[in-house]
This record gives sequence, C-alpha cells and structure tokens, in this order.
Amino acid sequence: MPDFLLEIGLEEVPSRMLAAAQQELASRVEALLREHRLLESAFQITAFSTPRRLAVLVSGVIPRQPDIEEEMIGPSWKIAWQQESFSPAATAFARKAGVPVDALRKIATPKGEYVGATVLRQGEAASAILVTALPACVAGLSWPKNMYWREGKPERFVRPVRWLVALLDAEILPFHFAGQVAGKTSRGHRILHGAAHVPLHHASEYAGRLREAFVLVHPDDRRHIIRKALDRATRLIPDARWREDAELIETVVHLTEWPTVLSGAFESEYLALPQEVLVTVMRDHQKYFAVESAGGELLPHFLTILNTEVDDQGQATIRHGNERVLRSRFKDAQFFWNADQKTPLTERVELLHAVTFQKELGSYFWKTEQNLRIAEVVSKTIQSRGKILNHAALLQAVLLAKADLTAELVKEFTELQGIVGGLYARAQALGETVAAAIYAQYTPASMEDSIPSTTEAQILGLVDRIQTITAMFSIGNIPSGSRDPFALRRAGNAIIRILAEAALPLRLSELIAAAGQAETSVAGFLRERLSFYLKESRGYSYDVIAAVLAADADDVLDACARCEALTRVRGSADFMAVAAASRRIRNILTQAKQAGSDWSAAQNGLLAEPEEQALLAASERLSEQVQALRMRHEYTLALEAIASLAPTVDAFFAKVMVMAPQADLRAARLRLIDSVLASISGIADFAEIVIA
Amino acid sequence: MSASHPPLTSGSSADTGQPTVPLTFQELLFRLQTFWASRGCILQQPYDVEVGAGTMAPETFLRVLGPRPYRVGYAQPSRRPADGRYGENPNRLFKHTQFQLILKPPPANIQELYLDSLAAIGIDLRRHDLKFEEDNWESPTLGAWGIGWQVMLDGLEITQFTYFQQCGGIDLDPITAEITYGLERIAAFLQDVDSIYDIVWMRDPMTGQEVRYGEIRLEDELQFSVYNFEYADVEKLWEHLRLYEAECQALIDGAQTLAALDDVAQIRRYPLLSAFDLCLKCSHLFNLLDARGAISVTERVGVIARIRALAVGVARAYTSQQTAAQKVTADA
Repeated sequence: MPDFLLEIGLEEVPSRMLAAAQQELASRVEALLREHRLLESAFQITAFSTPRRLAVLVSGVIPRQPDIEEEMIGPSWKIAWQQESFSPAATAFARKAGVPVDALRKIATPKGEYVGATVLRQGEAASAILVTALPACVAGLSWPKNMYWREGKPERFVRPVRWLVALLDAEILPFHFAGQVAGKTSRGHRILHGAAHVPLHHASEYAGRLREAFVLVHPDDRRHIIRKALDRATRLIPDARWREDAELIETVVHLTEWPTVLSGAFESEYLALPQEVLVTVMRDHQKYFAVESAGGELLPHFLTILNTEVDDQGQATIRHGNERVLRSRFKDAQFFWNADQKTPLTERVELLHAVTFQKELGSYFWKTEQNLRIAEVVSKTIQSRGKILNHAALLQAVLLAKADLTAELVKEFTELQGIVGGLYARAQALGETVAAAIYAQYTPASMEDSIPSTTEAQILGLVDRIQTITAMFSIGNIPSGSRDPFALRRAGNAIIRILAEAALPLRLSELIAAAGQAETSVAGFLRERLSFYLKESRGYSYDVIAAVLAADADDVLDACARCEALTRVRGSADFMAVAAASRRIRNILTQAKQAGSDWSAAQNGLLAEPEEQALLAASERLSEQVQALRMRHEYTLALEAIASLAPTVDAFFAKVMVMAPQADLRAARLRLIDSVLASISGIADFAEIVIA
Repeated sequence: MSASHPPLTSGSSADTGQPTVPLTFQELLFRLQTFWASRGCILQQPYDVEVGAGTMAPETFLRVLGPRPYRVGYAQPSRRPADGRYGENPNRLFKHTQFQLILKPPPANIQELYLDSLAAIGIDLRRHDLKFEEDNWESPTLGAWGIGWQVMLDGLEITQFTYFQQCGGIDLDPITAEITYGLERIAAFLQDVDSIYDIVWMRDPMTGQEVRYGEIRLEDELQFSVYNFEYADVEKLWEHLRLYEAECQALIDGAQTLAALDDVAQIRRYPLLSAFDLCLKCSHLFNLLDARGAISVTERVGVIARIRALAVGVARAYTSQQTAAQKVTADA
C-alpha cells in the first residue's frame, strides 16, 4: 500500500508553536484520509517538524477508494408502478440512478413503499481526492498568531509558505495552497545544503534524503542528539554537568534543523555576580545551558546549541562571538551591580519619591509609607495570637522592599525586581531576615510557585499586595472580565495562598481593615479569590465552597478546613438528610417570615410532642458540641455530630406540622427549627449543598 | 577565553585563508547601500526630524500605507533618550544607527536576499551560527505591528526582520517587509571590538590612519545624556508636547474638513507630511519625558494613546489624500 508524504515549507516558524502544529497536522491528515476511506487498518503515521517545515508521512494509504453499493430511493411505489409496469417517473429515476429500469425494486420504509435502486459508486483515486482536499486541510491548521504576506491578502498563516511537497509514493499530488503548487522538491539546510533543491523520488525516502541535506526532520532525533552532545561537551569540563532544563531543550530542538553543541567559557570573576543574574542572562536572554559542578555550584562555562555544523575555525569564531555577547551582558550586569552598591538600599528609599507608583495615588515612597503602616498593624495582630516574628526586621524589609526599583540592575533585568533587592540587602549586611523577606516578596508568582518560607517575607507579601489592591480599587482600577491590567487577581490569589499555606492567624477583614480602606468591593474581590483558590488549587466542588463561604468567608485557613471536612462527609446518607432538612427549614422560615410570623418570644414549654422534645434536646446538645468542636477546628467530628441529627429531624418532620394553626404553638415550633438551623450552620450553609 | 580567534572576514578571504581588514563603520554602510541599490532599492538619506527608530521616518511610516510598491533603504540615526549612558557604557547609546530597508511587497526570496547581504558585508555563514528567532514587533505609539524575527548571529541580535501587518491603525495591503540592521552592533562584531566607541569609523586609504567612533560620537552621547536626564525642563517638555499635539491635531482636523469639499487640487497640496513631522516631535518629547522619569505607569498609557491618535489621524488622512491624488492621475 502506498505511502503519502506532505511537507509544508515555511519561513522560520516560532519554536514555541512547532510541537503542537506537528501534532495537529498529523491528526488533520489522518482524519482526512479516514473520512475518505483511504486508510488501511494497519496504517502508520509519522509527524515531523523543523523551523522551516511541517511534514507528515502516512504508510498504508489505500490508492483508490473501494467501490461501494448505495441504495437510492426514488418516488413512492404507487407512482413508480402503475398498471403493472414502471411509470415514466420510475424510468426517469432509473436514468438518474444509472441503472436499467428492470433493476428497480420495491423498498419498504417506515414511511411507506418506495421504488429503489442499488447503485454502484465507484471509488475515487486517492490522488484526486487529496489534491482537492489538501488545501483546506492545511489551511485549517490553527496558529496562536497568524500573518498575511501576499498581495490581496488571500490567506493567513503562521509564516510565508515557500514550497509544498505532496507525494503518493512517487506520484506528485499537485495541490495548491498559499500561492504554491505541491511538487516533489524539498529544501535542505539553509547554509549546510544551500539553495540547491532536494528532489524526492518517493514519499518513503523523505527523512533519509533530508538527512543528506543536513536536516533532521524528526524532533526526537534532534532532542536525542542535543542531549548526547550536551553530555559529551560537559565531559570535557572537569567535575561538571549541564543544568537540566527540559523547557530550554524543547526550545532549542525547535530552533534547529541540524543541531550541534558548542561550549564556551566566561571569566570566573563574573561568578561573583549572583547566580540569579547569571542564569537569567544565559538561559532567558541567550538560550544557553548553564554548567554546574556535581555540588550544584555554577561553573564559568556555558553550552549553546548551534543550528549548523562547522569546522574548527568556525567553532572558534562562533565560540568567540557567543563569549563576546555573554561577556558584554555580564559586564553590563557587573557594572550595574557595582554602580548600584554606591547607593545603599537604605539611601534609595528617598529616591522612591521620583518613581511613580500611580499618578492618582503617589510615588513608590508613598506606597512604602502605606505598606509600613499596614505592616505595623498586621504584625501586631499576628504576634498577639502567639506567632513569633522579628518585628523590627519585618519593618526594615517593608521599608526597603521597593528600593531596588531605582537600581540600574533592575532597570536592566526587570524580571529580577525584589530578588535584586534581596541580594543587595544581603550584600549590604542588612541581616538575613530582611534580605530573605525582600528577596521573596513577589512569590508566589503563579499558582504553581511556592509561598515564601519566612514569616516576615509572608507578611511583606500580604501587606504589599493588599495595599496595591485597595489603592487600585480606590481609584476605580477594578478587574472586570478579561481586563486586569494591574494583575490584581494574581495579587489576590497570592494573598489567599499565603494565608492558607503559611497558616497565618489573620482574617481577611483584618487585613483589609489594616489597609485602611472601607471598600466593601475589596472584601467581595478577595472572597472571589478565596473561592477560586478552593476550587482551582484544592479541587473542592462548587456547592461545598458555596456552603462553606456562606457560613463564613473571612478566615481563609478555617474555610479550607471546613471545605475539607464537608467534602469528607457529604457522601453519607445521614448528612444528605441533614442537608435536605436544612433546606426545608430555611424555606419554612423564609415563608413564615414573609407571612409576618415572629417567634423570638416563643415558649419552649409548648412543645409537648415527643419528637419535638427529642429535637429540642438533640439541638441543644448539638449546639454545645458543635461549638466546642468548632473551637478546636475538629470539623469532621462536628459534621459527623450534625449528621447524627438526621433520624431525629426526620422523625420531627414526619410527625409534626410546623405551621400549626395555633399561633403560639406555631411560633414555638418555628423557634425550635430556627435554633436547629443555627446550631448546625456555623460550619457551612447546608442548604447550598446540591443533593444528588 | 580563546586567546586567538580567526578574524571575521569576507567569504572570499575565508576561502583563500588570507585575512582581510574588517569593514570600517562607513564601509559597512556603503556595502549595504550598494548591495540593496543593486537589487532595485532607492537610497534615501536619514530623516531630519528626531525619531526613535527608522520605522518612524516617513519613508517607512507613510510609504507602507496604500497600494503603491516601494523599495527604499536608508541609514537612520535613532534617538532613544532613556538608553543614554553618558558615553560610559560600551554597549549602549542614546543615538544608534539603523540601516532600514523597506520592501513593498516583499519578494519571495527575501530571506535569501538578506543572507546574501550578510555575505556582502563579509560574513561567511559557513563559519557562523544563524537563527531566525520569533520576535514580533509592535509600536503602540504608531498604531503599528508586524510579525517577524530577530536574526541571531553567534548569539548576537544583528537584525530585526518584520512583515508589517498594520500601520497607523490601518490594515496594510500589500504587506511590507522591513529589515533593520543595527549598524553599531554589526560593526563591533565584524571588527571584534568590545566597545562601540572603539569601532573604526574610517581609515584613511593613503595614510592608514583610523578614526574611531568615540572620537566622533562620544561627546554627543555625554551631552545629550546630561540634557535628557538632568537638564531637560519637564514643564517645558509637557508644554512643547501640548503645542505640537495641538498643531498636529488641527492639521488632521483641517484635512477632514477639506476631504468633505472634494476639491482635489486643495487636497493634494494639504500639508499632511508636515502634520506627520509634528507627530514625530510629540513622540520624541514623550521619550524625553520618559527618560526624565516624569511619566508614571498609568500616565504612560494615556500619553501613548494621545500620540497614537495623532499617528492614526495622519495615516488615515494621508491614505485618503493619496487615493484622491491617484484618482486624478488615473482620470487624466
């Protein structure tokens, strides 16, 4: 069975898009062949990509669709068969179906009898089908970012299409796309092979021919070669290994057609620069692999992946060029580092007057003052609850946290803000607690990132973010829909995570109050963030979260614990019964209230029925028990206790009619169920629970 | 480090093993100009209003609009006040030089032509590592964006390569390809000097005497850094910005009024090119204010929007003017 090859030749496609595109092209081609019944049961499909091409090779393509018999339905039998012979209508139908009249048959359908014909549909050649169908197949690829390039803008694609190859074995399938006609000519490596064409005489020789033209079309091959070559290059450096970096590997796999590895070195004096700076330059700016000792210490070497293979002279040239770039970047960083030390962080605080935080609000000096005020309150509150922390160091960290904004190094490497401040604090001997807090102030930066490890850093992170949020809200910069230009949601998420995962004894309302803003919208915003955290990070279901937050959404740690407990018990039949009863009670009370009932002064003495007595006793007992367990955060036990109320409350509702005709009895019963609801609702509003 | 490295020479010398002297700064420019002129490009002189990039010169910004094919190359001194370093940083300049190339529409072999241009300036690609890495370009102040790459040679970004998709808020057709060479970077690379100021600008062919970049440019790097960071009067800059903005806006408004009158002769002589100069003045003033640290993050968004409105206004009016003028030519 023939092989089918499709190659789309492109100007360099962004590396980040290639893996997905390769996959998508393969599945689109497979779906196309399947839809047209052109795929053998034992087919094989291989996808390829390089920066300049996407390709797919399918072996096991059926060269011609099998013929199939189809049933055609014509006019109703009554019209087709008249006076013991086929009518003119039937003859016309036979002609249309391409069969002799005597081949027509009577067919029974649910709608009645019709005339029918069995028609042989001849299969089409795969080549004809593909030539027609491939343009749409290729055009349908989805890219994160498209462009136009041709006059009249006939199509958008990731980059200009420069050639197409489509072969069924040796047969060219000349389909048209983006101004190109598919042929059998591919291209090799820009430099190593040059402009000469790479003719393909058969689909199956694709990978081999391209290899001869210095293109490894399979990313797996390139990945393998890169890893091997990195190992080999590192072996030449004593006691060294390359720093594993799966993400960077993928980037360079998709940046090359013919990868080789080249090692380079830099002067060890630059190792005096912090690792964070060195690695940011090497990895993020230059796509180099860092080299480290067995103990994880950075060594003055780097590895770069070339998209070419050169002789010794070329290697020396390229090494020299890369070292030159790296050296100048390091030199810059060192220059900035040294220049920055001339003005210690403590003196930089004053300079923050000139750095605008928000025009409507003030400078970063103003923000620092606000942060200090908030930190003072938050620190005292937390300490009053027995948490031990270094108050003076915390305030020092808050004071200096933004000072690195004036540092040249931060202007150069904005992604290192905070980290640089921490490093400077350490270099300027301001104490490890202060340094660590400044260093980690922007963590967690994402939901995956971990929270800062020291209490002072955690509090700095809370204070800085709540100040930003409340200040932004006060001038109307409130996130809405997809608009969140100041990343306030991320700041809110970090607040929730720090409170939850550092187990800090601080309520959200206290944090907001410390920020000094009475904006109720901030509370709602943080409640949303809490709900988001419980859902996305902890995986609780919506109704559990809604039930828990309806009872109380102020204590983050407590909300987490209650979600956990509620999730654990919600499956039990008793608990579901209590949840159902809660909903019933709430409905009764709502209606009674609307009808003007008032049960605040009702007398328990009127409750004479044994079920009433039992419920009253159980409720009073439960109330104390739940209270005590809640104090100890024993929520699972508390919920189990609540669930144990199920038989009693069920028996009550089975026997007793709450809305008794006598007003005083009705009031007493309403008061009873109200107290039952109160005794169980401190942990969650069970009426929110979805009953399966 | 590699104590002795091979000189970076042209392809021919690499073949013969005869090291040749790397190009001077001005020879580099000559070579690029000659290369592209021989491929049908008009050579223009730098634009004489302060711009932050070659893209802002009208030879790019206005020429990419509308249907008329155009091919032009020019060197453009580009002023970026915030990048000034008082001449103390070996890799950074307040004013650097771009060689800007505009190909409208882009030929199908544009990448190959570009590679040939590298050979023309003495880069033998068989001994270098070249990558086209994704780098899309966007200028919020110009209402312009494009898709493209930064071209990396041995780890150094030497060129920005962009297929313009939009300019002045107008969707482009045909698309224009823009190739921007960073001349100082390339010269420092070719000459293997660690500081831009050590680049050989020219070499006297008779005496062999060299003039270095620093001798010609260090003083203005220093003085302009001092002005941009210390002396520029913030209040006056804002005032200038307001004045230029108002005049530019008035011209844009005038163009609209005129368009309604359908008087082609009047439309043709209307000074939209001057309006664009005023818009460029605003953009430069914005950059100065930015360097002075006088613009906050939020304010920034607002000022950018104001300048963008001017750029978009001029682009629209200019496009209609061209259409009107073309109609006359066609009728005649």
